[in-house]
Amino acid sequence: QIEDIVTRIQDEKAGGVAIRTVKSFLSKIPSVVSGADIVQWLMKNLSIEDPAEAIHLGSLVAAHGYIFPISDHVLTLKDDGTLYRFQSPYFWPSNCWEPENTDYAIYLCKRTMQNKARLELADYEAENLARLQRAFARKWEFIFMQAEAQVKIDRKKDKAERKILDSQERAFWDVHRPVPGCVNTTEMDIRKCRRERNPHRVKKSVYGVPDDGQSQPSPIHISSQPTRKPTKEDVQKEITFLNIQLDRHCMKVSKVADSLMTYTEQFMEYDPFVSATEPSNPWISDDSTFWDLEASREPSQQRVKKWGFSLEEALKDPAGRDQFLKFLESEFSSENLRFWLAVQDLKRRPLQEVASRAQEIWQEFLAEGAPSSINLDSHSYERTSQNLKDPGRYSYEDAQEHIFKLMKSDSYARFLRSNIYQDLLLARKK
Amino acid sequence: MATQEVQLNETLAHLKTESETLKSKLEEERAKLHDVELHQVAEKVEGLGQFVMKTRRTLKGHGNKVLCMDWCKDKRRIVSSSQDGKVIVWDAFTTNKEHAVTMPCTWVMACAYAPSGCAVACGGLDNKCSVYPLSLDKNENLAAKKKSVAMHTNYLSACSFTNSDMQILTSSGDGTCALWDVESGQLLQSFHGHAADVLCLDLAPSETGNTFGQCIQSFETHESDINSVRYYPSGDAFASGSDDATCRLYDLRADREVAIYSKESIIFGVSSVDFSLSGRLLFGGYNDYTINVWDVLKGTRVSILFGHENRVSTLRVSPDGTAFSTGSWDHTLRV
Repeated sequence: QIEDIVTRIQDEKAGGVAIRTVKSFLSKIPSVVSGADIVQWLMKNLSIEDPAEAIHLGSLVAAHGYIFPISDHVLTLKDDGTLYRFQSPYFWPSNCWEPENTDYAIYLCKRTMQNKARLELADYEAENLARLQRAFARKWEFIFMQAEAQVKIDRKKDKAERKILDSQERAFWDVHRPVPGCVNTTEMDIRKCRRERNPHRVKKSVYGVPDDGQSQPSPIHISSQPTRKPTKEDVQKEITFLNIQLDRHCMKVSKVADSLMTYTEQFMEYDPFVSATEPSNPWISDDSTFWDLEASREPSQQRVKKWGFSLEEALKDPAGRDQFLKFLESEFSSENLRFWLAVQDLKRRPLQEVASRAQEIWQEFLAEGAPSSINLDSHSYERTSQNLKDPGRYSYEDAQEHIFKLMKSDSYARFLRSNIYQDLLLARKK
Repeated sequence: MATQEVQLNETLAHLKTESETLKSKLEEERAKLHDVELHQVAEKVEGLGQFVMKTRRTLKGHGNKVLCMDWCKDKRRIVSSSQDGKVIVWDAFTTNKEHAVTMPCTWVMACAYAPSGCAVACGGLDNKCSVYPLSLDKNENLAAKKKSVAMHTNYLSACSFTNSDMQILTSSGDGTCALWDVESGQLLQSFHGHAADVLCLDLAPSETGNTFGQCIQSFETHESDINSVRYYPSGDAFASGSDDATCRLYDLRADREVAIYSKESIIFGVSSVDFSLSGRLLFGGYNDYTINVWDVLKGTRVSILFGHENRVSTLRVSPDGTAFSTGSWDHTLRV
């Protein structure tokens, strides 16, 4: 996608940026654009309102190596008269460059051979060169020869062309061997490395140096999965799946949209990003009172209000559970909730305890003559007793769902109308 | 033998045509339900005001890219993992480091906090998910207590505890997800259905949660890798972030994509997404070092946040929604 933009920018006829030759002191600077021009173009063509955003984007385009300042190693975009040049497509990242240190050594060596002041090595480059000389001590003669060959080739080119090519080459290395402290944009997310963008793994040398086989392919690259051709079973599975999808009852987008909107609106007052938190957002004020209040068993009105949204919300809040339980106990009908809570607890038990806990729950709530017997329909009852032959964390799933629905349609509604709840909800109201 | 093969190919081709026909029929049916766009319906909703979001805390201490992070239920602690092989537990509120574990492999791509706050799980290139109990005794060598829970045949991309400390869900580059029992290390259930690496996972916010099993629904509208998925707070929808530089919202009841969040000026991929508490805001961490905040209902961008000096690799909203944290390749985490 970056390349799309970069191509557009350069296309003068289609409203791109004017690339000119600028006269400076004794010489002409060919093929440049000012930073400000680029920023302008970005803002206009990509509908960016804030120049800071355009600068940020432009700097990233530079950091990836598509444009570069002609007189700086650091690849960022500035919104002023600083001059930039476009990188040659040969050097674009999409060509999957992974240049070897031998190439870099040749490049640095070549630079030292040329007498121009502007080609002098920067400190970090000189350090790099010294390091490489030590590392490639035995190969150095070879590298030196390659560098000389490159210099010869370069000399044959036209002066203006050379200026351009030299700067592009330098920019290429600025991307692959960045100034210390700068982001190396060639780093990749290791999970994506397997995707062979360069399927033949041809090690391209920048200077045509043949690969002497010293490079180790990264272990990730070796283990790429071969693409599986779909078998008959695969397609059959797909067909079954599609048929199920066709039969599925779906809602209209308008209904769904309404539902999303209602949910969001209901919770917006609880969303610290949208509405102010009382007394303050701890991260902003450095005061953790808000958290202490939320954790307390004495809920605020706002919290109590949330319990009224749904049974799920009421049960999520420990204080809500307490109050609901209290209410049910006053009606002598707390066994449903206690069953539900016991099953929730069962799911959190370590495996060794699961079987015995499951039995205990059965004894307490479901067995004949159980002390807190709950009312299950015969179907769920059968299913559950079957499940208990091999008890697991989810043996009571059916039963729990049934009981939950029961509570929702019956006791929950009464809870919301009860004095216990209403008192809390309206408490402190003047 | 040759004729058998030919027959097989023919039936395969036959099946493929059947599949294609079904697919177009399905698209047709779904399109009928697409009577309106979400943002059109949302026009009557009040617009959101200007947001002032700033970095409130910066956590420094990792020696390399931060790859993943998770919040503790206590709303202030964070666990983060990095390419330097370290997993660190911070009290983000005070910015103190509380625990640090060095993993035997680099690129720890996934980490998760246990609901009780007493353990963390992590994994990555070692293809495993390991659980470390957090002890209050600073002198204890945490690494010694490590429990190896999951084994995949490729890197671990994400892990998450279910509603308790006892079970963990993992996803991997080997294309599968799996549910494990923490104590015994036993594989409880395995989920197939993806054709390539599974990069991320999220659990529906419901309390009960035994809906594992078959692949229930499938959505294919992104043009490139999907790096992150997150459920909408009600559990009826989810958002995804992808390398194609867009975030999308899918509703499970309508069984389709209902919104796209994108801008011409955003050309870098999304690494991570999460919702604010009410679901009104969607936060996306991008590979262009920024965070874009979207109005979920209206589909517009509310804010863009700068600050990180390299890719944002992971983003999570805190459990009570008071803040969100981001981890980045610039070695820091911000709240």
